[in-house]
Amino acid sequence: MNIRTRRAVSTAAAAALALGALAVSAGSASAAAKLPAGCKTLTIAFFGAQTGDAGNLGVNISQGAKLAVAQYNAKKPKIKVKFKAFDSQGDPAQAGALAQTVIKDPCIVGVVGPAFSGESAVADPIFNRVGLPIITPSATNPALSTNHWKIFHRAVATDAIQGTYAAKYIKTVLKGTKVAVIDDASDYGKGLADIVAAKLGKTVARESIDPKAQDFSSTVAKIKNSGATVVYYGGYYAEAGRLAKQLKDNGVNAKFVSDDGALDPGFVTAAGAAAAGAIVTAPTAPVMDIKGGPAYAAAYKKAFGQDSGTYSAEAYDCANFFLAGIKAHKTTRAALQKYVSTATFVGLTKRLKFSSTGEIEGAAIYSYVYKADGSTKGALIK
Amino acid sequence: MDFSTLTSQFGSLTFDGLVLGAIYALVALGYTLVYGVLRLINFAHSEIFMLGTYGALFATQWMHIPPFGDNRTGLSLVLTLVAVSLVAMTVSGTSAVLLERIAYRRLRRRGGSRLTALISAIGASLFLQEAIAIWRGRNYEAFPRFLEKKTLFTVFGADIRTDKLIIVVSAIAMMWALERFISRTRLGRGIRAVAQSPETSILMGVNIDRVITLTFLLGGIMAGLAGALNEVYYEQTRFSIGVILGMKAFTAAVLGGIGNLRGALLGGIVLGVVESYGGAVFGASWRDVVAFVILVLVLMFRPTGLLGETMQKARA
Repeated sequence: MNIRTRRAVSTAAAAALALGALAVSAGSASAAAKLPAGCKTLTIAFFGAQTGDAGNLGVNISQGAKLAVAQYNAKKPKIKVKFKAFDSQGDPAQAGALAQTVIKDPCIVGVVGPAFSGESAVADPIFNRVGLPIITPSATNPALSTNHWKIFHRAVATDAIQGTYAAKYIKTVLKGTKVAVIDDASDYGKGLADIVAAKLGKTVARESIDPKAQDFSSTVAKIKNSGATVVYYGGYYAEAGRLAKQLKDNGVNAKFVSDDGALDPGFVTAAGAAAAGAIVTAPTAPVMDIKGGPAYAAAYKKAFGQDSGTYSAEAYDCANFFLAGIKAHKTTRAALQKYVSTATFVGLTKRLKFSSTGEIEGAAIYSYVYKADGSTKGALIK
Repeated sequence: MDFSTLTSQFGSLTFDGLVLGAIYALVALGYTLVYGVLRLINFAHSEIFMLGTYGALFATQWMHIPPFGDNRTGLSLVLTLVAVSLVAMTVSGTSAVLLERIAYRRLRRRGGSRLTALISAIGASLFLQEAIAIWRGRNYEAFPRFLEKKTLFTVFGADIRTDKLIIVVSAIAMMWALERFISRTRLGRGIRAVAQSPETSILMGVNIDRVITLTFLLGGIMAGLAGALNEVYYEQTRFSIGVILGMKAFTAAVLGGIGNLRGALLGGIVLGVVESYGGAVFGASWRDVVAFVILVLVLMFRPTGLLGETMQKARA
């Protein structure tokens, strides 16, 4: 086939497709729902890591959204919805190109994600340009909502709110007056630790560790010297666990408090017996202790063969908010964007209602206490 | 800057630095031995250490030791430690010998330059890391605790803890044994001869391939013990655990005088203690900066390291 005929054929094919799409939209127009040109079904996308160092975190989130879509389709709705996960590996450097791929698919009307803050900063402006609405269940950097992206919605409390509540918990529940605040020098960990330190007013020790190092002995010596009764650590589970262990082994019996980055079984792997009694704060709700939680958790386990993880239930809510919009015949990006920005949706973990900057109204922070068997007990911080 | 930690915790910081330095020194021996004999920096040595940590981990799995709660004492503790170390040393020693066979020997026979060997070393290092990452995953794996980490006694404010004492004592004993081996035995004489002059030792009838294999084996065994001790102390490992430690150990070897066995010991201990003090005074994120500033200063005044470069001089 030479180039000219091939082009002619493809033009004809495109015309046929367009006609077909017209026919479909004309046909469904009577049912009052208008699908984007060229789409027989709609797609809800997940954007975030599926592989790579933080792959586990991303998989937890995408599976929550996937479950919501599967449950929606199981009810045989008029408009079928597909689920598609886009793997960014959690890497901001890959997020730009991947976001371009996402916006090219006209059938994608809503995105659950991006999962992390770093990739959000790259991908969100691209989604904003074409008006593709996103609800992130897990990107918690406070600065994200200051960019005037109209498509931005965040279904969890930010690090700023978490830090404030962590400081409150240390002051009122633990009655900590001598607090050492340590972080891993990352944007996330140091950001949180700075907020906690500021809200506490004074700290007896304040320093950053090198997360790549195995040995924290000089930090342990510093904490020992400070006489701290509470140690707050801003960072992720592997280092949090290692620090908790090295503190306890060296005879420091201060209460160990960390963040949602340490709410992971990896914390127990790293800390061993020192995990018992450690406390983490997180904007994610303890699924087994909320209404409807056990039924959701059972469905999740049945679908994926593992327990609902950190932010799985939040992602489930985000996807369900989009699905509620689609059910209400908001079947284009613009209509769905308007819907999630203005409507209220009562989800599993909380009531979703977004402010003009896309932040959730009435966000909640929970405290989790690690038990000796590695499980956690969650409660709302009041 | 904060000198109150340094003054109030001086004993603990020194002892912790010694423990860290003992592990550095054991790994540094591998760099120094190979450099002494082949004038080659074996960049894959950090992965030999990493394989040793996995050897130790597997040994505990074969013995069905639970993650924690099974605190052994007395003879049972000694036997467990010896078994774990022996497995780690076997794994590391074997891999070091295989590494030499696969990555270096052909290049050497065909007259490849040191640069080609260096590239081959980097390639082998990346290969080993990724192979383990694919097999075991990229997350940390926990090493079980089979001894109670309790303070035995206190010296100048330093809590002398069981595991730390075991590390320092066994590392020093092993280095003493290595030194005796190199300086007193026939095989050790072969190593010294090749280090002095490969050409002359061939003329004298030394089997150079055998000497090189033996050198890699000894370096691997030391790295294996370091791996086992590292696991007893830090209780975790993953594919990339050797990267930072390998760099530090290489630094220790250069600091003490690369090619010099006693230099590796001295370099390791100086580096460990300096890091420990530096972290306390300037903050933990400045530890490595302080250590490397010291390295540069030492090399400015003693370009061949604290004890000079030659293995022959290390003879007792």
